[in-house]
Amino acid sequence: MCNQAVSLVAAELERQGIATVAIQLLRDVAERVRPPRALFVPFRHGYPLDVPSQPARQHAVIEAALRLLEILERKPPVLVDLELPSR
Amino acid sequence: MGEIGEFSLVTRTFLRAYRWRRIDPVPWAPLGKPLSDCRLALVSSAGFVTPDQSAFDGSARGGDPSFRSIPSDFPVADLIDTHRSDSFDHEGMARDPNLAFPIDRVRELVASGRIQSVGEQHISFMGSITAPGRLVRDTAPEIARSLLEQQVDVALLVPV
Repeated sequence: MCNQAVSLVAAELERQGIATVAIQLLRDVAERVRPPRALFVPFRHGYPLDVPSQPARQHAVIEAALRLLEILERKPPVLVDLELPSR
Repeated sequence: MGEIGEFSLVTRTFLRAYRWRRIDPVPWAPLGKPLSDCRLALVSSAGFVTPDQSAFDGSARGGDPSFRSIPSDFPVADLIDTHRSDSFDHEGMARDPNLAFPIDRVRELVASGRIQSVGEQHISFMGSITAPGRLVRDTAPEIARSLLEQQVDVALLVPV
């Protein structure tokens, strides 16, 4: 439900001229709802930025999301899978 | 891994039968300038409030569509998790609210120059909304108005 809710808000922000990127925890829901720009992350619910109290890991997710904002030549919806570095 | 199999049988059954909203057409606001010149706002559905704000209403039929504006300089450790869903593990964001509402992380992005600034306020709401009519009709436009008044260029949305 959270995935759909943030996607619906993202769509309205885009309509009003604010570029958005939405993190998504359920890939099939993202495919159905179709937020304009979405980063699918392979983490469980409650952990959208990977790990608590680990700023570097959280920044890695945020940076991947921000890079989607810099995509200029794609047709929406854009849904990209987070690529995790080997750990 | 985020997947429906994480949830209880009742929740899984509900989700499988649920008619998801489909955004059509998909709007697209191109980024008109480098991120380093942009003002960013967070929109989190993790249900956080400040101590002087009312909690989200877990009993509201179809979900509570209201939102709270959270000052972007608010100390993240003082945020209160009022998300009423028991369908996910709250422990991580109890230890570190940045996990679902990364106020400190975006402040660090300003310091590093990746983005220019953050709005005065970020947006918090509670995402367990099964009937999103009021969210779409009322709340999302109100959030857009608030962010535009703050001259926000880009938004990062974080579900939980």
